[in-house]
Amino acid sequence: MAIRHVKIFSLFERFWHWAQMALIMVLLFSGFGLHGFHHLISFETAVTLHTLAALFLLLLWAFGTFWLFTTRSWRHFIPTLSGMWQVFHFYSLGIFKGEHHPYRKAYWRKHNPLQALAYLMLKIVLFPLIWITGLIYLFYFVWRDLPHASDWLTGLAYVHTGAAYAILVFVLVHVYMLTTGHSFKEHLMPMVNGFDDVDLTPEEEAYLLKDEPENIR
Amino acid sequence: MRLFLGRALMVLLAGALMATGALAQSQWPTPPATPTPTDQISGPLSGGTADHTKFEILKQTFATGSDVTRACLSCHTETGQHFRQNIHWTWEYKNPVTGQQLGKKHLVNNFCTNARGNEGMCAQCHAGYGWKDEGFDFNDESKIDCLVCHDRTGSYYKTPNSAGSPACSVMFEGKPPMDLSQIAQSVSLPERANCGTCHFNGGGGDNVKHGDLSSALKNPPRSLDVHMGVDGLNFACTACHITNKHLWAGSRYQIAAKDQEGTGLPGQRRDVATCESCHGLTPHHVDSIASFKRNDHASSLACQTCHIPEYARGGVATMTHWDWRTAGKTRNGEGYHEHGYTQGNGEHRYTYKSIKGDFIYAENLVPLYRWFDGQMNYTTIDTKFDVNQQPIAINDFTGNREDRRSRIWPFKPMYTWLPADVGNGTLVYTHLWGEDDSSYWGNYDMGKAIAFGMKKAGLPYSGQYGFVETVSYWPITHMVAPKEQALNCESCHSVGGRLDGLKGLYLPGRDHHPWLDLIGIIAVLGTLAVILGHALIRTLASLRGQRGQH
Repeated sequence: MAIRHVKIFSLFERFWHWAQMALIMVLLFSGFGLHGFHHLISFETAVTLHTLAALFLLLLWAFGTFWLFTTRSWRHFIPTLSGMWQVFHFYSLGIFKGEHHPYRKAYWRKHNPLQALAYLMLKIVLFPLIWITGLIYLFYFVWRDLPHASDWLTGLAYVHTGAAYAILVFVLVHVYMLTTGHSFKEHLMPMVNGFDDVDLTPEEEAYLLKDEPENIR
Repeated sequence: MRLFLGRALMVLLAGALMATGALAQSQWPTPPATPTPTDQISGPLSGGTADHTKFEILKQTFATGSDVTRACLSCHTETGQHFRQNIHWTWEYKNPVTGQQLGKKHLVNNFCTNARGNEGMCAQCHAGYGWKDEGFDFNDESKIDCLVCHDRTGSYYKTPNSAGSPACSVMFEGKPPMDLSQIAQSVSLPERANCGTCHFNGGGGDNVKHGDLSSALKNPPRSLDVHMGVDGLNFACTACHITNKHLWAGSRYQIAAKDQEGTGLPGQRRDVATCESCHGLTPHHVDSIASFKRNDHASSLACQTCHIPEYARGGVATMTHWDWRTAGKTRNGEGYHEHGYTQGNGEHRYTYKSIKGDFIYAENLVPLYRWFDGQMNYTTIDTKFDVNQQPIAINDFTGNREDRRSRIWPFKPMYTWLPADVGNGTLVYTHLWGEDDSSYWGNYDMGKAIAFGMKKAGLPYSGQYGFVETVSYWPITHMVAPKEQALNCESCHSVGGRLDGLKGLYLPGRDHHPWLDLIGIIAVLGTLAVILGHALIRTLASLRGQRGQH
């Protein structure tokens, strides 16, 4: 086993991540504006931004989901308990004692177990919660004449808002996590240039060196 | 150059407005129609196929208005029959849904109370000649007044059909004589000033009643009314209130609160005056997400709600409160009046009159917004009400989000302390106008006037009169502002906005679940606190670690 600098985030994955980041920022900002928490932009602008950003994000997710399944990358997000305790122990205690992060990225496991679980929950719980309620909300004009449509809209709006708070919490923790372990920059760079230190098996290393030399340094 | 012309026009307009305003006040309550230099747009009826100055029958000296009418009907052979069907003539409307007998002939309003029994005065605004009591013959077509609507000289006027008390009739003396021949030859399609003769002066003065119909609409700038603006479309009333056989589209008694049909096919839809009948059901051109959303809003909001940001604009105030309790005060045995309000165009308005009581005027008013299904229910003269449940709604309405016919509409509420039969719990017909010693206007005895009015109408009266607080609701539909002055989203989508308190809808920006927000904020702030704590402990731990190493 050897730690090598390997490209683990493809160009599409990085584009996906950063585009998603920007769109979620726009959605949070415009959404909380619509909710009345700030008046930095007009309601009309907020509605426009929120709707456009949501539609672009849905499009991006459509591509992202297609990419996940065609490249088999979805396997990175399969939940596992293996190593979970160590990671949890590190964040709650070890980190204060100056210990090193217990997790070593593997070529087919680029997230630590806690991270993978968090991203999985985001993908299959929080995001669907917000985009499904958001889409139904957006298409209110189609179902507005159903009985009690306004009450349903109220419920939808509450779920949508609740999910937004949860996503904001995720964003805060996610950004903070970049500061743990190595430096902020070291955490950030993989998502910029795609390369990170990965614990490769001799077979993986041999394969990469021979067939994909541009992806290993 | 265009700017200069525009300003010059504005100055001219302002001058013209002030001039007509002054005229209106001096010849109250039936100011003559003011001629306008160019023809107004009367919808499909424009152009004309006849020049009335060329008709031999009109080149004669007419002694009375009825003589002119006979001349009119000699060519317009079917018009008399048509005209006798319409509400301007019958003053009656039986609501097909509620079965209520409505119309000026029957209703009590909370302005000058009742026309019934006071026709000698009130029927000045009847499109006929000589209705002063029950004896008026509604089948006599020669009694139709063609000129009040069709005169284009601006010199035509009417005076009360009966003398009334000398204290009042003095107001109508000394009018200049009319040249009926010239007036008859001038006839054309009605213009705003023709309709405005009565409709701008409902309730006893300029814009008193409706709030959205005032003399400011005779020659309005586009900014006051985008359709009627002389520097814009210059629509006559009949451009929207389209006419078929002298029946007009658009009724206050039965309102199309939500037009589901839109424009219809060419030549159709001569039955409504709704915005949608011209603008369609998706009135906003969809070139953005916002305009798409605006079209959605048409399902829940009347067009008027956003497009009439305020009523009683254009410098003419409307009355918002009237107190009949204070009527009847005299000085040296005579009635008097007090100026107390100067409106936007500089004119003074009376805030007290012995014959009517105290008034409150206001202008540039934000309407009241309510769900409205188009159905008005009236407290008529034979409606019993609970005197302890005040204010009594002269007209009330229902509507809610679940009802497909309902939309959110703007209203002018009018609050009045009105004389009533507190013994029986009914409204009363007050005898205001008359030459006898019971008419309130001139004698100032309310008990006597009510007893007389109720007896004359053959109605039960307990003999115990008092005053009840009443409210009436006037849907706001005129004074449509140019689109750049329409309300913006925040007008309603905000806490404390215009739709504050309106139930039955979730309004983003206004509505929040307090617990959800509290939990959300605690979660976000809590996360930040944990992060800060975590970071702090890390920093302290690493500092200690560094010290340990040294």
